[in-house]
Amino acid sequence: METFDVSRRKLLSAGLGLGSVVVSASTTTQARSIAGAVPWETDQASAPLDALAGASPPASFFTASERAFIDAAVSRLIPQDELGGGAKEAGVTAFLDRQLAGSYGKARTWYMQGPWSEGTLSQGNQSRLTPAQTYRAAIKAIDSYCQNTFSNKTFAKLAEGEQDEVLTHLENGKIELEGVKGKSFFEALLQNTLEGFLSDPIYGGNRDMIGWKLIGFPGTRYDYRDYVSKHGEKLALSPVGLKTNPQD
Amino acid sequence: MARKLPSVDVVLVGFGWTASMLAQELTDSGLKVLALERGTWRDTPTDFAVTFVQDELRYYYRKALFQEPAQETLTFRNSASERALPMRELGSFLPASGVGGAGVHWNGQYWRFLPSDFMAQSHNVERYGAGAIPDGMTVQDWGVTYDELEPYYDKFERLCGISGKAGNIKGSIQNGGNPFEGARARDYPNPPMQMTYGPTLFAEAARQIGHKPFACASANMSQPYTNPLGVTLGQCSYCGFCEKYGCGNYSKASPQTTILPVLMRKPNFELRTGSEVIRINHDKNSKRATSVTYVTEQGEEFEQPAEIVVMSAFILHNAHLLLTSGIGTPYDPQTGQGVIGKNYAYQIVSSVDVFFDDKIINPFIGAGALGMAIDEFNGDNFDHTGLGFIGGGYIALWNTNGRPIETHPVPEGTPKWGGKFKKAVAENYLKSATIATHGSVMSHRGNHLDLDPTYRDIHGRPLMRMTFDYTDNEHKMSDYLTDRATEIAKAMKPREFHAKKREGHYSIVPYQTTHNTGGAIMGSDPKSSALNRYLQSWDLHNLFVMGASAFPQNPGYNPTGTIGALTYWAADAIKNQYLKNPGPLVQA
Repeated sequence: METFDVSRRKLLSAGLGLGSVVVSASTTTQARSIAGAVPWETDQASAPLDALAGASPPASFFTASERAFIDAAVSRLIPQDELGGGAKEAGVTAFLDRQLAGSYGKARTWYMQGPWSEGTLSQGNQSRLTPAQTYRAAIKAIDSYCQNTFSNKTFAKLAEGEQDEVLTHLENGKIELEGVKGKSFFEALLQNTLEGFLSDPIYGGNRDMIGWKLIGFPGTRYDYRDYVSKHGEKLALSPVGLKTNPQD
Repeated sequence: MARKLPSVDVVLVGFGWTASMLAQELTDSGLKVLALERGTWRDTPTDFAVTFVQDELRYYYRKALFQEPAQETLTFRNSASERALPMRELGSFLPASGVGGAGVHWNGQYWRFLPSDFMAQSHNVERYGAGAIPDGMTVQDWGVTYDELEPYYDKFERLCGISGKAGNIKGSIQNGGNPFEGARARDYPNPPMQMTYGPTLFAEAARQIGHKPFACASANMSQPYTNPLGVTLGQCSYCGFCEKYGCGNYSKASPQTTILPVLMRKPNFELRTGSEVIRINHDKNSKRATSVTYVTEQGEEFEQPAEIVVMSAFILHNAHLLLTSGIGTPYDPQTGQGVIGKNYAYQIVSSVDVFFDDKIINPFIGAGALGMAIDEFNGDNFDHTGLGFIGGGYIALWNTNGRPIETHPVPEGTPKWGGKFKKAVAENYLKSATIATHGSVMSHRGNHLDLDPTYRDIHGRPLMRMTFDYTDNEHKMSDYLTDRATEIAKAMKPREFHAKKREGHYSIVPYQTTHNTGGAIMGSDPKSSALNRYLQSWDLHNLFVMGASAFPQNPGYNPTGTIGALTYWAADAIKNQYLKNPGPLVQA
């Protein structure tokens, strides 16, 4: 019969760290042993890197012609109109530039091991290209398509109606591009544009919170207890962001 | 070569909800408990502070708190006729990494399962005849009953400070609660949350057409609460950042806000972070797990012996680790033999958006478990005769959030971009709400987990392969629920509504729920289940497997309440039966 030896000696030896945090981390490993207390440390916060002082990285991903393409494309996805500024005015190009230069652009968290195979729609993205590689290849291929189709004009130089036509064809998978799927690129561009229009301004888009003001989202407030019972009332709360508010 | 460490009484693999609860219970019994967690330490003021946690891009769209597929993923296919391919980025479900696990980023929607849910096979056959279970449906009874679990649900509700209204106390139906729930000994520890406008309109409409709406039970605090361990949670401030986020306000029950401040101070508990268990070592002759092998973030390998091994990771890891460690017989969908990987199930969800001209909903005033629901069409709360399916789900209007990237409903027919899209978003954001249906998924012979023949993880082990699709039963059931939800939507008298049925194959791409179940199911026969009724492995008596991997099929409710109850039930069995007489708690 097996029995458990929960001896007093064992418990005493386990209790050596009582009253102070025992965090042992050898120089060869990041693994931590935590015992005896909650390992809370003062003045530590996992704040977003983009919100830290001086964090305003210069444009670093798009070339000038790529930037012209993105400015033009996001202007059609969320246009400036009588309701106010659109994606371009919100700084979505700068947002995308920073995202594609960073870990998202590099697909740092994705599983990127082969073998590579097409798959079904249910199986999701199977491209071996990172988002940064997808943007680079797609913009080049779309400009090349436009030059062949519209008397040597790049996408950015087309009339708005022509740009809408190209985007619609991409959305519906009707344009074959060299080395990249037009439909996948379109879906990523649309999703990333919404992110840039509606995310916190610390990431470079949603400039002056114009996305949030457009729809009436009050931003990163965290206490609405005074408003829960105000059923059906327009609250007209001006938005606040993680770092700034528009009155600053 | 792994360095062998001194033995401990209990080693816990993964440190989320179930591990925290077990560690608290087993250290109380005097055992020396060690938890191994692959992720990092996380606490409220450092990692989820209200000064920065309301960040949609960082936490949902760049997935800061979740498992990274680069570190661990699985392959997926709808059926055995397809080639499974890797889930390269997260989508349909969001497993966690790090201390607190998915308990950090859940909404807090709290439910008990119905008494009949625990007897899905025998109950349905008894009421509707053997023909009620179609060929290929592999539903089973759990081997444990609702009445047995009731005290453990109650204990978990006290730990979490659940805010809600009882519907059935000792058989007496209570006004304002869910009249369909199983009998409970007493009410929730906190009253329901204050209701916002959207759920209020839903409840009025549901009542008008004859339903019995109730305030959903919530792990977001309706008032400050101190739990039996002496840990205090704060009142929810309705900020609308719950699911996919840590709570900055100590208002959502999680390991961090209910257990860790007490557990971490105990002298007989140790946590090692950055330590990923890659194998459970076992001795077939003695029918015991002997140790676990884990790898640190820097690649150092250790062998940790223990008297009791508890698998307390997310269900997908539990199943993967059993398969890669060669414990139990892998399930074979051709023959129906074997148990590990059997009966993988999920949830089937649909929705109806409602759009008003004259009503301002203010969706951003929300909380993860703030809502009104009806339970008329869940489980076997209604007569299924002639419907062609078993199971069901609740219908609710949750006011979880108005986070704008994720939540900007537009009417049917609106283009996805351009001026008309922009105008539709601007006009409808403040004046729309969504009714959700949350349906059960019965187990099916072909839906299972096994090891992929091609793809490998960072440790060189085969990835787990998921084969899953909805069957006719699920589609018929979900369509039925969506029709009922549409009736309520019409009674809300909106300008227009948009019903979104769940059609076609299950897809791993859009987010649905993180309610994955099965793979190491509990039951009363080792031929058809991996665990006995105490979550003890039939194969290795000192191995216990926590979590939703034990569900033989997935009822129409969120799983956390039942995971909590099962964990306390198993802890009780370990403390009061196993320690006195280590060996199988049920004779096969």
